[in-house]
Amino acid sequence: MSALLKLSGLRKNFGPTEIIRGVDLEIEDGERHAIIGPNGAGKSTLFHLISGRYDVTAGHIHLREREITNRAPYEINRMGLARSFQVTNIFPKMTVFENILVGVLWEMGARYAFWRFVSRDKAVQARTAEILERTGMADRRDVPAGLLSYADQRALEIAITLGSNPDLIMLDEPTAGMSRSETQYAVDLIRDVSEQKTLIMVEHDMGVVFDLADRISVLVYGEVIATDTPARIRANQAVQEAYLGTMED
Amino acid sequence: MTRGIRLFGPWALLALLMLGLPTLFDSSFALTVLSLMGVFIIFSCAYNMLLGQGGLLSFGHAVYFGIAGYCTIHLINAVEDEAIWFPLTLLPLIGGLVGLVLGVLIGFVSTRRAGTTFAMISLGFGELFTAMTLVLLTFFNGEDGVQGNRVYEPRPLGISFGPEIEVYYLIAIWTFIATAAMYALTRTPFGRVSNAVRDNPERLEFIGYSTHRVRWLAFALSSFFAGLAGALHAINYEHVGFETVGVQTSGLVLFMTYIGGIGSFLGPIVGAVLISYLNASLSDLTEAWFLYLGLVFVLTVMFAPAGLAGLITMHEPLMRVDRSLLRRLALPYLAAIATTLLIAAGAIGLIEMVYHLTSDLAFDSKTTVFWIELDTEAPWPWIGFAVLLGAGLLAARRTYPQVSRIWDATVAEARARLLG
Amino acid sequence: MDVLVFSIFNGVLYGALLFMLSSGLTLIFSMMGVLNFAHASFFMLGAYFAYSISTFIGFFPALLFAPLIVGAIGAFVERYGLRPVHRFGHVAELLFTFGLAFLIEELVQLIWGRVNVPYRVPEFMREAAFSIQGLDYSIYRVFMLLVSVAIFVALFLLLTRTRVGLVIQAALSHPQTVAALGHNVERIFMLTFGFGCALAGVAGVIGGNVLGTEPAMAIQLGPIIFVVIVIGGLGSLGGALVASLLIGLVDNMANAFNVSFAPFFALFGITADLGGTWEDLARITSASIAPVLPYLMLVLMLIFRPRGLFGTRDT
Repeated sequence: MSALLKLSGLRKNFGPTEIIRGVDLEIEDGERHAIIGPNGAGKSTLFHLISGRYDVTAGHIHLREREITNRAPYEINRMGLARSFQVTNIFPKMTVFENILVGVLWEMGARYAFWRFVSRDKAVQARTAEILERTGMADRRDVPAGLLSYADQRALEIAITLGSNPDLIMLDEPTAGMSRSETQYAVDLIRDVSEQKTLIMVEHDMGVVFDLADRISVLVYGEVIATDTPARIRANQAVQEAYLGTMED
Repeated sequence: MTRGIRLFGPWALLALLMLGLPTLFDSSFALTVLSLMGVFIIFSCAYNMLLGQGGLLSFGHAVYFGIAGYCTIHLINAVEDEAIWFPLTLLPLIGGLVGLVLGVLIGFVSTRRAGTTFAMISLGFGELFTAMTLVLLTFFNGEDGVQGNRVYEPRPLGISFGPEIEVYYLIAIWTFIATAAMYALTRTPFGRVSNAVRDNPERLEFIGYSTHRVRWLAFALSSFFAGLAGALHAINYEHVGFETVGVQTSGLVLFMTYIGGIGSFLGPIVGAVLISYLNASLSDLTEAWFLYLGLVFVLTVMFAPAGLAGLITMHEPLMRVDRSLLRRLALPYLAAIATTLLIAAGAIGLIEMVYHLTSDLAFDSKTTVFWIELDTEAPWPWIGFAVLLGAGLLAARRTYPQVSRIWDATVAEARARLLG
Repeated sequence: MDVLVFSIFNGVLYGALLFMLSSGLTLIFSMMGVLNFAHASFFMLGAYFAYSISTFIGFFPALLFAPLIVGAIGAFVERYGLRPVHRFGHVAELLFTFGLAFLIEELVQLIWGRVNVPYRVPEFMREAAFSIQGLDYSIYRVFMLLVSVAIFVALFLLLTRTRVGLVIQAALSHPQTVAALGHNVERIFMLTFGFGCALAGVAGVIGGNVLGTEPAMAIQLGPIIFVVIVIGGLGSLGGALVASLLIGLVDNMANAFNVSFAPFFALFGITADLGGTWEDLARITSASIAPVLPYLMLVLMLIFRPRGLFGTRDT
C-alpha cells in the first residue's frame, strides 16, 4: 500500500531561522493522523507548506504520488486536499449557506460560470444542503457567518473544508478555544466527516488526540521525533521528555 | 406565483418607470438629464461589480468608459463616411466589446494584486490613457475631443435618433438590459465567488479558486458594461472629450456608487440617479457644487460606509420584528434632520459668500444665496449664516447622540424580542 | 555635453523634490498601512501657504512656517478624519484620502481662486549662480538642491540616530511590530502623518514657485509619486529614493534630448506616410511622450517585477 501523502526532507527557513528542519512523513490512506508538539514546534508552518500557502525551502511533497511541492493552494485543493485554519477563516458577510456553497462550487464543476444561476444548479444545492445538515447548521442557514457564535464558526470552518469533497482533510486545531461540551460535539463531527477519508489534524487537547487518532506524530523544533500509535506514543520515553511530561499536568 | 412577483415585480416597475418618465418630464433639459441618468446607472452598476461585489477599488475605471466612447464616435463617423455600416441601436455592444478587450488585457496585469496596490495601478493606467489623449492626436484629437453625428441612413421604422426623446428610449432600453444582466450575474457561481474574493481572498484559494482569475473575470465583465455605458454616452452627446477617460470621470462614478451604497444592488442606481440630477441642476447654480459633493462623499466614508441604500436597509431587521419600533425613531430622526439642515444652511451660505468674494466672475458685492439677494460687503449676512451654523452645531451635540442612543436601545429591544 | 550636465542637474533636482514627497508617503504607508491619496494636496497647500506668507513677511519665514502649518493640518486630519475611518479597513482609508484630495482642491479654489497665483522665486535668488557655456543656473536652483540634501541628511540622521527613528525602522521592516509599540501607537500615527505632510509642505514651498502654484498641481503630481513608490517597491525608502531620481532624470532627459521613435516603429513597418494613428505613432518623440513615460515604466514594472525595485512586500 502506498502513502496518500508523502513528505520527504522538507525544510523551511524564514530568513536565517529554520522552522522546519527536515521532515519525512508518510500518511496512509484512510488513517486519522494527529500532529502534536509544543508551541513553536512548526505545526502550523508544516500545514502551510503542505497546503501551498508557503513555498518550501527544500524537500518534496507528494499527494497520491503526484508532486505538489510549491504548487498554488487552489491547484493542491483541486487534487483532493482541503484544510481548515487555526484562526477562523470564513466569509463573514455571506450567509452560512453561501459560505458552504462557495466551498462546493469548484468541486461540482461550476467553476467561474457566469451564464447560469446558482439556484438552478440542483446538484450544488443538494450537496450544500447535505453538508449543512451533516454539520448541524441547517437552522442557521441564512445567518451572516460573521454573526455566528465562536463554536458555530469553527463548525462552519470544517463545513467549508468538506465542500470540495477532499480525499485528505487537514484540520488546524479544530477545538481550540472551545468549552468541554463544544469540544465533544466537535470530536463527534470530525469523526463523522472523516469517515472513509484521510485526516491530518494539529491539536493541543490530548483528550481529542487520543480519542480520534489512529497514529500520532510528535513535532519538536521542526523535526518529527516519533510517529506511532497512540499507545506507543504515550509510552515513548523521548516523547515524554520532550513534550508530554510538561503537558499532562 | 408570489415568488415570481417578488423577482420580476421590481423590474416591471422599472420598465414602466422608464417608459413613463418622459411623459411626466418632457422638457429638453429633463430628457438630457434622464438620458444621463441611464448612462450612469449602467456605469455605476458596472463599477460596483468591482467595488461592492468584488472588493476592488479602482481610480481609473473611466478608461473603459471613455475609450469605448471614442471608438463609438469613430465608428459613427465611419458610417457617416459610408466606409462601413452598422446599426446605431447595436453600437453599445461594440462599446462593450472594446471595454471587454481592454479589460481582459489590462485586467490581467492589474488584478494580480488587490487592495491599495490595485487602486494605485488603476490610477496609473488612467493617467497613462489620459496622457495618451494628447499624444495620439488622430484618435483622440487632444483637448477638443471627437465629434460625430448619430443621425444616419437607413432609418428603421422612421426612427432617426435625431430627437433627444428617441435617444432617451434607446438608452432606457439598454439600461434595462444591462442592469438586468448585471443583476443576473450576482446570482451566478461567478457572482458568489466574486463576493467570496471580496470577503476573504485567502480562504478562497484553499477551496479551489484562483483569486487572480476571479478578479480578472470580474474586471473584464465590469469593463464590458463600462464600455457599453461609454458608447451610450458618446451617442447621447455626439462628442467624446479627453476628460471622459480621466480621473474626473473615474472619481464621479466612484462618488455615485459609494454615496448610493456599495452593499446592495440598488445603491449605485440610487447614487447615479441622485448625483446625475444634482450635477446637472446645481453645477450651473453654484460654483461650490463639487465642494459639496466632496464633503458629502467624505462624510459618507466616515459615518455611513454603507451609503444611502445602507441607511435605509439597516431598518429592515427592525421592520421584520415590529413596525411600531420604527415610530420611536421618528422624532429623534426629525430633530437630527432639522439640525443637519440648519448646519447645512449656515455652511452653504458662508461658502457661497466666500466663493462670491474670491470669484473672478463677480462684478459687484451682490450675490444670491437661497433665492435671497445678499450684499457680501455688509456684515449681517455673514453674521446670519454664522448664527445658523453655530445654532445647528450646538443643537447637533444633543440631537445626534440622542439618535444613536435611541437607535441602540431599539435594536437591543428588537434583538431581545427576537431571541425570546 | 552641457545639455547633458544640465538635464542631469535638473533631473536630480526634480528627483529630490519627488523624494521629499515619496519619502513622506512611504513613511506613512509603512507605519500605518494607509496610502495617502491626498499627499500631493499637502504639497499644494505648502505652496499656497508659502505664497500667502511670503507676500507678508518674506520667503524664508514661509519656508519655516508653511510646512509647520501643513504638518499641523495633517496631524489634525489624521486625528479627526482618518482615525475614525481606520476601523473600516484600508480601502475605506484610501477612499477617505481620495475624498480629502478632492476637498482640498475645491477649498484651495475657494480661498485662492481658480487660476494660478503669482508665487515667485525671491528676486535676489533669480540671478545665475554659475553658467556653463552660456546656460545659466540660478541661485535658487542651487538653494533647492541644498535644501533637498539637507533634508536627506536630516531624515537619515533621524532614522539612524534617534529612538523614534529606530522605532520607525523596525516598523518599516516588520510592519506587525507597530502594534507592539503599546499605547503610544495612536500618537505615533498622528505624528508620522503630520511629519509626512510637513515634508510634502517643504516640497511645496520650494517647488511651488518653480513648477507653478495652481489648483491642478496636486492632481498632476499626485499620480507620479504613486508611480515612484510602486516602482521603488512599496514601503522601501531606498526604493523611493532611487525611483524618484530615476523618474526625475528620465523626465528631464526625455525633454532635453528630443529623441524620435520613428526608427523603432519603422522596425514594425510603421512609418509617417501611413497616415492616421500610425503617423501619430511614427511621429512620437521622447519629449512628446515625456508625461506618459512614468506610467509606461509603471506598466513594464508590473509585468516584469510586480514587487518593484526594492520591494519585499507582496500585498
